[in-house]
Amino acid sequence: MKYIDEYRNPRLARTLLEAIRRRVSRPWTIMEICGGQTHSIIRNGIDQLLPDTIELVHGPGCPVCVTPLESIERALLLASKKEVIFTSFGDMLRVPGSSRDLFMVRSEGGDVRVVFSPLDALQIARDNPSREVVFFAVGFETTAPANAMAVHQAAREGIGNFSILVSQVMVPPAMRAILRMPANRVQGFLAAGHVCAVMGYEQYLPLSAEFHVPIVPTGFEPVDLLAGILKTVELLEDSQPEVVNSYGRVVSREGNLAARGTIDKVFEVVDRQWRGVGLIPESGLGLRSEYAGFDAEKRFHLSHMSTEESPLCMSGSILQGVMKPDGCPAFGAECTPQHPLGATMVSSEGACAAYYNYHRNL
Amino acid sequence: MCLAIPGKLIEIFDENSLRMGLVDVNGTTTRVCLEYLPDIRVGQYTIIHAGFALKIVDEEEAAESLRLWTELIDRGAFDIDGDPPSPLAM
Repeated sequence: MKYIDEYRNPRLARTLLEAIRRRVSRPWTIMEICGGQTHSIIRNGIDQLLPDTIELVHGPGCPVCVTPLESIERALLLASKKEVIFTSFGDMLRVPGSSRDLFMVRSEGGDVRVVFSPLDALQIARDNPSREVVFFAVGFETTAPANAMAVHQAAREGIGNFSILVSQVMVPPAMRAILRMPANRVQGFLAAGHVCAVMGYEQYLPLSAEFHVPIVPTGFEPVDLLAGILKTVELLEDSQPEVVNSYGRVVSREGNLAARGTIDKVFEVVDRQWRGVGLIPESGLGLRSEYAGFDAEKRFHLSHMSTEESPLCMSGSILQGVMKPDGCPAFGAECTPQHPLGATMVSSEGACAAYYNYHRNL
Repeated sequence: MCLAIPGKLIEIFDENSLRMGLVDVNGTTTRVCLEYLPDIRVGQYTIIHAGFALKIVDEEEAAESLRLWTELIDRGAFDIDGDPPSPLAM
């Protein structure tokens, strides 16, 4: 397929790998932020092909993994209500709350529907005017444009039975939090390519300048990832802590200005809890007061929810790059994709699921 | 949610006052919203997230990167004729 096969070319991949080998003179620790990239790296064995001196650590860029337990509990409560049709991306249905997940609520009679787009949820609202339709608006900057447009369109059409449960998070504040950790070992970042497609790479310039780290927006295919790692290694070896775009066919400096405009119109920056990590200041998006009528938390008067994480789950350390999945004592034992303790094992983009599915260290 | 592969736009239409389209993603046709790509034309490739086309894939840029890397191989810049370190699953 066009722009896929070419970037899976083994000969090109081996060339880049050889170039990395020749360029490395000392150990470097590089974090790939995006969970989709983590899966591609592990599935293709890239982490094992790299020289031993390059360590890849996995970042917090899995939207399912970082959705806080309190948001999951709110989703479970809403989905249990008779008047509610609860709509969500499919990834969220198996994420464990304190004692159950959305699949269980559905089996108990809750009207839980999987949609591909928030516009599908809006259509369900048009088709069911006597019901309340709630969409679980999770994700990073890649889903924010879609969720913003669904709310904007609902307002424009005067659709009164539609609301969203917002758990929208942003990548740069999480990178800043990682770089500020005393335990931080990350020296360079592969930035999430599709987040940059929306927001542009200019948002990383202040971060790179403040912490003196190279940041390289990168794609998802093996050749993209190896090219991104090579560029990061070159910047590290040459002591050039800059932002260099390695995904030019998709990422531009300013990103998608129309999408950014709608995000800004509908959402404002708020503090946000990250599952396993805790509160990261100004790391989330919440609905602006003009759109408060579409906020499910306000519409259904959802107050504080009590939550309880498994004490065995180490996903917080894994999401911050401090621990790797196979370093967790519960990994592959008490915690498997069939019986996950935490979201990093459930999600299709979770680091623990990647190690379980593709790694050989079980 | 973040891993999207490019699809080819095959049709454009309006629905509920939104600019929508049909995109062929590896043989599967998907409905997408085109509001964020007002200039996209039928036949171009786009990255899709949550039902929205978010970026036209720059074909020239894609080809240019490949050309530069291939040039490196052809110049013999790297010793890649030995045994590969391990099979790449791609």
